[in-house]
Amino acid sequence: MVVRELELDLDAFEGPFDLLLTLVLKEEVDLAEVDVAGIVVAFVERLLERDELNLDACGEFLVLIAALLELKARALFPEEEAELADLEPEEAAEELARRLAEYRRMKEAAGWLSTRLAEEGDRFFRLGPAPLAPTPERRLAPQEPESLARVLRLLAVPPPAPSVAHMGLRFPPVAQFVERFRAVLRRRRRVDFEQEVQGLSRVEQAVAFLALLELRKSGEVELDQAAPFAPIRISRTDVEGESSWIARSA
Amino acid sequence: MDRPLRLISSNPVDQLARAVEALLVVTSQPLSVEELAAAAADDPERIEMALGLLRERYREGRSGIVLEHVAGGWAFRASREAAEACARLVERPVQRGLSQAALETLAIVAYLGPCSRPEIARVRGVAADSAVAGLVERGLIAEAGRDAEAGGAVRYRTTPLFERVFGLASLSELPRLDDLGGDVDEIRERLASVAEQRAS
Repeated sequence: MVVRELELDLDAFEGPFDLLLTLVLKEEVDLAEVDVAGIVVAFVERLLERDELNLDACGEFLVLIAALLELKARALFPEEEAELADLEPEEAAEELARRLAEYRRMKEAAGWLSTRLAEEGDRFFRLGPAPLAPTPERRLAPQEPESLARVLRLLAVPPPAPSVAHMGLRFPPVAQFVERFRAVLRRRRRVDFEQEVQGLSRVEQAVAFLALLELRKSGEVELDQAAPFAPIRISRTDVEGESSWIARSA
Repeated sequence: MDRPLRLISSNPVDQLARAVEALLVVTSQPLSVEELAAAAADDPERIEMALGLLRERYREGRSGIVLEHVAGGWAFRASREAAEACARLVERPVQRGLSQAALETLAIVAYLGPCSRPEIARVRGVAADSAVAGLVERGLIAEAGRDAEAGGAVRYRTTPLFERVFGLASLSELPRLDDLGGDVDEIRERLASVAEQRAS
């Protein structure tokens, strides 16, 4: 009798034993679904039919079935080997047996549910939300119309017109500063811009600078600055140009 | 005596039964006797009598609507003979069936619940995340608080929908686990018969 040709008729598999082994090793059959006890019973029954005790066959069968059981145990408890390794062999075996029994019970319960679902699949009933308790109407606190009117009246007052006084800028004429620089330069050859505009407002300083640029444009002065933000030095150009200043400024 | 009109009704329970009937029609989930009693403003004993009356009126073979005790309450459903017609119009609550993993997970939650994903994975030996997610989506299980230990994992329990789909009045109607496992007995019998034949 050849163990590998043992015909099996299990829930999860039907065919010869060696095909089952091949499929299990190729992971095409989930070992968790294979009923190892069923294989053992089939073998024992086959043994009875032959009515002869083939020790080689029995030995081969034992080795194969033990390997299958170990694979199945590993498949069922993949992450718990370390946990089980801490236990004594007997304890580990007991723990494994306990968990196998628990899993088996749950599998059977799942089987019952499956049968039940098939039997009760034709149950139709109304589904969907049914708001059982109607939400009680929200009651508002008593209101006073007078206080509402009072608040509305406050809102109805026209707001004060915004002042635009701060937006009116007064620019002193550029010509005023042109004349002022000319007067200063008549007395001194070199002038420091910062000193001249000291004490003036920001706008006046800006107009003074514009006047300076005008003078530079007409070639009346030369400007000189050592570095950005350094003091601006103003120096008078040749006296001969004096007549043209007057002509231009007129 | 102060309301003599009541005497016109030959059976006061019959009147109450009509109210209970209406309450069951307007809700979509099973109503307990207490809920019915509160809504009908009557006492639970009389509600039970009214339900008995209705149960006889709405039973398989007599009515297209069947009154049943399910998921801890009373609810109407379609009769079996109307199931085919219903199936043409509406989807079954569990239309596509359940995978083996889903069935095992459902069994664990039903028998050991409320339990968390790590607990389910421990029994099954494989992670249960997708099976749990699928069952939650189908409304067969639902979250039920968190585990006090084990890092506060979310625990799950079966829903009233589960009981309705499987036709259970309550979880206590699940068969005892020891009653299951007929194949163990079968294997034992086969081995015993082999031993007997060998001995003879």
